[in-house]
Amino acid sequence: MYHPNSTSDEKNLLKKIGVSSFEDLLPRLPKNHLNPGLGLRKNLSEMDLSREMEGLAGKNGSPLSFVGAGAYDHFIPAAVPAIQSRGEFLTAYTPYQAEASQGTLQSIFEFQSIVAEIYGMDMANASMYDGATSLAEAVLVAVRQTGKPVVILPDALHPHYRRTLETYFGSNPGIQLATVPCPHGVIDSKELDMKLSANKDKVAAVVIQSPNFFGCIEDGAEWTQKAHAAGALSIVSANPLAMGLLTPPGEYGADIAVGDGQPLGIPLSFGGPYVGLFACKQELMRKIPGRLCGKTVDTNGQVGYVLTLQAREQHIRREKAISNICSNQNLMALAVTLQSSLLGPEGLRDLAELNLQQAHYAASQISNIPGFKLHFSAPFFNEFVLELSGDAELFQQKALAMNVLPGLILKPYFPSLDRHILVNVTEKRSKEDIDRLVSVLRSVK
Amino acid sequence: MSRLEPLLIDQSVKGRRGVGIPKSPVSQPLGHLIPEKFLRKKKPHLPEVTEFQVVRHFTRLSQLNFSIDTHFYPLGSCTMKYNPKLNEAMAGLPGLKNIHPLAPDVVSQGMLEILYNLEQWLIRVTGFDAFTLQPAAGAHGELTGIFLAQAYHRARGNKKSVVLIPDSAHGTNPASAALAGFKVVQVKSQSDGHIDLSDYRQKLTDEVALIMITLPNTLGIFEGQIETITREAHAKGALVYLDGANFNALAGLVRPGDLGFDICHINLHKTFSTPHGGGGPGAGPVGVKKELEPFLPVPRVLKEKEKFVMRDSKHQFPQSIGQMRSFFGSTGVLLRAYTYMVTLGEDGVKEMSRRAIINANFIRVRLSKIFKVAANEPCMHEAVFSGVPALKNGTKTLDIAKRLLDYGYYAPTVYFPLIVPECLMIEPTETETPETLEAFCTTIEKIAREIETDPEMVKHAPHTTPVQRLDEVQAAREPVLKWPSWNSAFNTFYEEKTQKSQGPQK
Repeated sequence: MYHPNSTSDEKNLLKKIGVSSFEDLLPRLPKNHLNPGLGLRKNLSEMDLSREMEGLAGKNGSPLSFVGAGAYDHFIPAAVPAIQSRGEFLTAYTPYQAEASQGTLQSIFEFQSIVAEIYGMDMANASMYDGATSLAEAVLVAVRQTGKPVVILPDALHPHYRRTLETYFGSNPGIQLATVPCPHGVIDSKELDMKLSANKDKVAAVVIQSPNFFGCIEDGAEWTQKAHAAGALSIVSANPLAMGLLTPPGEYGADIAVGDGQPLGIPLSFGGPYVGLFACKQELMRKIPGRLCGKTVDTNGQVGYVLTLQAREQHIRREKAISNICSNQNLMALAVTLQSSLLGPEGLRDLAELNLQQAHYAASQISNIPGFKLHFSAPFFNEFVLELSGDAELFQQKALAMNVLPGLILKPYFPSLDRHILVNVTEKRSKEDIDRLVSVLRSVK
Repeated sequence: MSRLEPLLIDQSVKGRRGVGIPKSPVSQPLGHLIPEKFLRKKKPHLPEVTEFQVVRHFTRLSQLNFSIDTHFYPLGSCTMKYNPKLNEAMAGLPGLKNIHPLAPDVVSQGMLEILYNLEQWLIRVTGFDAFTLQPAAGAHGELTGIFLAQAYHRARGNKKSVVLIPDSAHGTNPASAALAGFKVVQVKSQSDGHIDLSDYRQKLTDEVALIMITLPNTLGIFEGQIETITREAHAKGALVYLDGANFNALAGLVRPGDLGFDICHINLHKTFSTPHGGGGPGAGPVGVKKELEPFLPVPRVLKEKEKFVMRDSKHQFPQSIGQMRSFFGSTGVLLRAYTYMVTLGEDGVKEMSRRAIINANFIRVRLSKIFKVAANEPCMHEAVFSGVPALKNGTKTLDIAKRLLDYGYYAPTVYFPLIVPECLMIEPTETETPETLEAFCTTIEKIAREIETDPEMVKHAPHTTPVQRLDEVQAAREPVLKWPSWNSAFNTFYEEKTQKSQGPQK
């Protein structure tokens, strides 16, 4: 029980209110529906509940896992949860009263700075829900900005991101989603040209994901150039950790960069909460969704931070707002800020390279096993598509029996990749872990 | 000494690091792995600091905040109740925190069981038939609900393009409806916050797909005509949506499913006490009646022969609206809400709303001598006032809000809903003690006296916070939204580093 529960408290309060019973406070509630039996369990003590939850947690397995696909198992330094769980951050509200929220506001300002720097963009917002919804919001911005309806998606876009876009825009007559094939794991240049010319003057944006769902690195610079030549915006969805090593979208002129901040300090947590990153060129500043924190001064000329440009938002514009979003994933944004601050520019680069090296070691060891081969030859970051010699489902079962989860089965997403898995290797998978994966693969092939 | 903290980037010294990254024991030359043209050339301008600098910086920043753990938050419509520490501990159990969202069902049985159970708890508390846990926030839940209504009508061949929304509703309602492509038509509220029934009937045409209702309404009053409203909507073939933002008033007392609602979202970060985190994450699960269940988003958690499974196939859910986000849901938030509900149990859930209503009515009666109550009748979970009677000598409600900060109280919600002049909306929640409520009301009385004796001081409040009133006009005129980038267009750091790492290693 978390409320003061002595009956004398209640009696006193009711007396001060001037009623004789609680029911007197409910004159308008329909009597026939009042106080239903809910059929819930009785309350549990903290001790009993802990025991029960620990039991449930114990029913989950903990195989040596090489599943990534948009949610990655990275090392999180102890300082990140230690700061993030401070009550002053954890239990604060949205910083509408700026004078009482400078800690949250300044940390948002630092987050915006870090995200913009990581993507090499002019600016970033205070965050969105996750990678998929950030991309959906970016698509909306592009359609509104260009006044054109067609958005070109690569076939190698994360299938969940694609599904989210289809849900958001499937019944919107003003937005048409088109797909460019990626037969070699990355966007096919000729196919992109064809899509652009087939939809001449109608393309709002080309979406690029790099590294893409297959882990392959796209030639973002070239696709951006093609998008711009066709009068479309370039939207890049990118893993922020990979930006420690790879050319960031801002360096090749992308208009909007989005991504999921999960790889930078956020646990897997069965899919959420994560944090959507959203960065853009300066000229889109007043067109983008989400909270923005800006620097200003107080009446004494002292530097302070406030939420700003709120005229874009739903609480002022209602149905004319740029987006319906009313929050940011602030606590998760804080994790990204903490993790990035601990890493610094060199740490970000070294961590990215460690991922790259471990993944390439795994790929080279596995492709030495007869019957296994890398499906694509495009350069990759920390994830790759592996072709097996037989059925992926059966293969997974056998590996799981040895407590190893070798990767994500791709058939449900790409029916033609019916003997394929997506293997992710982060810095948390040691050489010994990788060698164990290799020996399991040898034994179950 | 200034209580403010410099930006972390301004404490940066080249070469410092907060965390060491080991070298890969199996390194190859970088140039063998990635073509040169894909490598980053320009270094991001991130802080170069020690771990201790990071810890001290953010600890100091945290101390510039008000929070539930440190201050009373009488923030109307936000339900800022205590966030139990147990919930944090449970969500942080390694066996829950480290589960991959795409792990095979056999690996995530415990997690799926909890999520399945949470859906069952929500079904029982609300009286709906099925739930999706997927939406990331209240506004995301609204969007999900609107897509559900759209899919429902489309499946029936209904051509309905209008969503009715009371003018007192939260701004996310019209914004969500517009995002889904609906035309928004406003329904008038009366001065007591109730829906103007004659205006409603006039606007309830065959074009209406959905009516979105906040219950209790934004004046904290239960809509006594709710069953009439839902019945008449159904007679026109429209669905009725409950914005569950104020569900803390209803939990255990009445079930929205019994009142004729078809769809509703519940803000778990309000009613079921998951921490707000300075603005998120939240979670906005959506409940529906049977007829709408086929349209729920995927993936869904099901129980099949004593096993729990997660399913998302088009064949199994051909009518589903699809997926609303990257993965299953804000599971970390869901776990906290689940822990909270199970801790309370049936009696505790009922006691929760009961105590919330009693506390709010105490505030209503106690402050009615200072302010004008917006509706002259018992309120539900929050008390809404017009500040006008207390506002003398050119003061505004905003000044009272700011002055409260000096006394260590967060400000109430002010200027919402717009139908009440100089509005203050106070939601004490059930977790505050009578002593805190009493002290808060005494402080309001004190501020009312200050308005008479020293109005200039009140107008310039707050005086004791780390900063005073901030220049929002300047912030918006020439926005500064980030710290500066490097001055030089290129920093050779990466090129050097790249060349170095191409030498033989190991």
